[in-house]
Amino acid sequence: MTEHHIKLPEGSIEKSTTTLNLGPTHPATHGVFQNILELDGERIVSAEQTVGYIHRAFEKLAERRPLYQITTLTDRLNYCSSPINNMGWHLTCEKLLGVRTPKRVDYLRVIIMELARISDHLICNSVVGVDSGAFTGFLYVMQYRELIYEIYEEICGSRLTTNIGRIGGFERDFTQAAFLKLEKFLKEYPQVLREFENLFSRNRIFMERTIGAGPISAERALNYGFTGPNLRAAGVDYDVRVHNPYSSYEDFEFSIPVGRTGDCYDRFLVRNQEMWQSLKIIEQAYRKIQEFKGAEAGVFHADAPSYYLPEKKDVYTKMEALIWHFKIVMGETDIPAGEVYNSVEGGNGELGFYLISDGGRTPYRLHFRRPCFIYYQAYSELTKGSMLSDAIIVMSSLNLIAGEMDA
Amino acid sequence: MALTNETIKSKLLEKFGESLSNFEEPYGLLSFEAPAGMNLKVMQFLYDDPELRFQFLTDLCAVHYPGQAGRELAVVYHLHNLTDNIRLRFKVFTSTQQPDIFTATQLYASANWMERETYDFFGVNFVGHPNLIRILNVEEMDYFPLRKEFPLEDQTRIDKDDAMFGRGGSIN
Repeated sequence: MTEHHIKLPEGSIEKSTTTLNLGPTHPATHGVFQNILELDGERIVSAEQTVGYIHRAFEKLAERRPLYQITTLTDRLNYCSSPINNMGWHLTCEKLLGVRTPKRVDYLRVIIMELARISDHLICNSVVGVDSGAFTGFLYVMQYRELIYEIYEEICGSRLTTNIGRIGGFERDFTQAAFLKLEKFLKEYPQVLREFENLFSRNRIFMERTIGAGPISAERALNYGFTGPNLRAAGVDYDVRVHNPYSSYEDFEFSIPVGRTGDCYDRFLVRNQEMWQSLKIIEQAYRKIQEFKGAEAGVFHADAPSYYLPEKKDVYTKMEALIWHFKIVMGETDIPAGEVYNSVEGGNGELGFYLISDGGRTPYRLHFRRPCFIYYQAYSELTKGSMLSDAIIVMSSLNLIAGEMDA
Repeated sequence: MALTNETIKSKLLEKFGESLSNFEEPYGLLSFEAPAGMNLKVMQFLYDDPELRFQFLTDLCAVHYPGQAGRELAVVYHLHNLTDNIRLRFKVFTSTQQPDIFTATQLYASANWMERETYDFFGVNFVGHPNLIRILNVEEMDYFPLRKEFPLEDQTRIDKDDAMFGRGGSIN
């Protein structure tokens, strides 16, 4: 690699291009990425990515951990929308174990996952704004991400790395405070989102900066394994929620926004539209939850005593419950042998879990399909021939999360 | 007519005959095994056939089975036909002695990094890959860490001085 960068072009007495190290700790990269850019003036001749700075060997660690202890690893993949990762992992385990969840659990999960999607897109889109010189939007929407985090906090007690839910449902029912906060969010957020759109969507400066920056055709995007908003911005309406519905997504009515050119502007618009769709889904789910009557209205987990952790107050007072708690956490319950691939629509694409169990306490092998690891390799093609400042904005509009990429 | 697992299976058997084996449908996903030298042929067929159209590579990874002499490493492909919305999984087995597998980068640009990752962790040599170097681990590493012969650190070991790790106190 090094010899490549100091080699002089044939027949010249001086290297005519400039090598620029963008990252790994550049403030504009929003994460630990290194890009070795070869620049001709301000135009990018080639870009070479180096990844792996925060590789933590999750797949190896998972081979020693029972199912519940892996949930905390999934938090740390895409940490902008960790509830989706947690749910994806629990859904994978449920598929392997054959646990069926009640409808109310599914709807509660949908609410949490869509809130996480909003917070993910919110950050990504406002950071695109920051990188094109508009800081206001970023600060403005931050208070609504805070509100989303408060809802998480009401449900599971933590904010960023949530470790939310259990195999078969949730650790406790949503509190009244959680629903009140959700109502507040549903009431106030549409105006904020509309205002956020007004700041950017038809903003002349923003349009000039993003239209035509880092475009990709549908064909190339598919070949590069794009998924999620980045693929949809290129015009392919592939969405795991619709194509392989999980957690009762088939009960909801929503549309898949698509773009046309796959450039930064389309990616921005697609994410904005998806936030509107997520709001629609949350509203429907909340209405469905209010329709449950009687005993059904309090259901928050499946009846799966061998995998669902017993209630805490029983664990502290009853011996049986305490034993089961330890058995489950340490993976001493029966786990069938089998191979499962399960995927969910994560914040930035199809997040897949390929789990091989040999019937032991821990997975024999667990592989994460991390969407942004796969589509980041298109970065050099996306930025070839564009300006240096476009490289920054393309990177932020791809929604690259270092934690997910390096696993 | 929607594409079904049976149709895919019969088309594959018609084309490749007995060389494909172990057809299964765990959790509804068609899964089979191909000989090591034929992975690219099978993928090319799945990609080009006007009915099959498996043109999206969802996932590529490897699994290590140290107990199976001569076929210790499995390379697993997950393909997706987005038009008919159907997935399949196929595996090829190779040995740790000579882990040569043809690359899929000519068909799927996305295979580039996934194969580098698989090489990095399992040492699978993807023949024809344009740039088969380590990706997540350091370049100086001379072993393949996700193979089963590398156990994780013993959690009960007591020879480490915790004071060095900010946890205060030592065992002595």
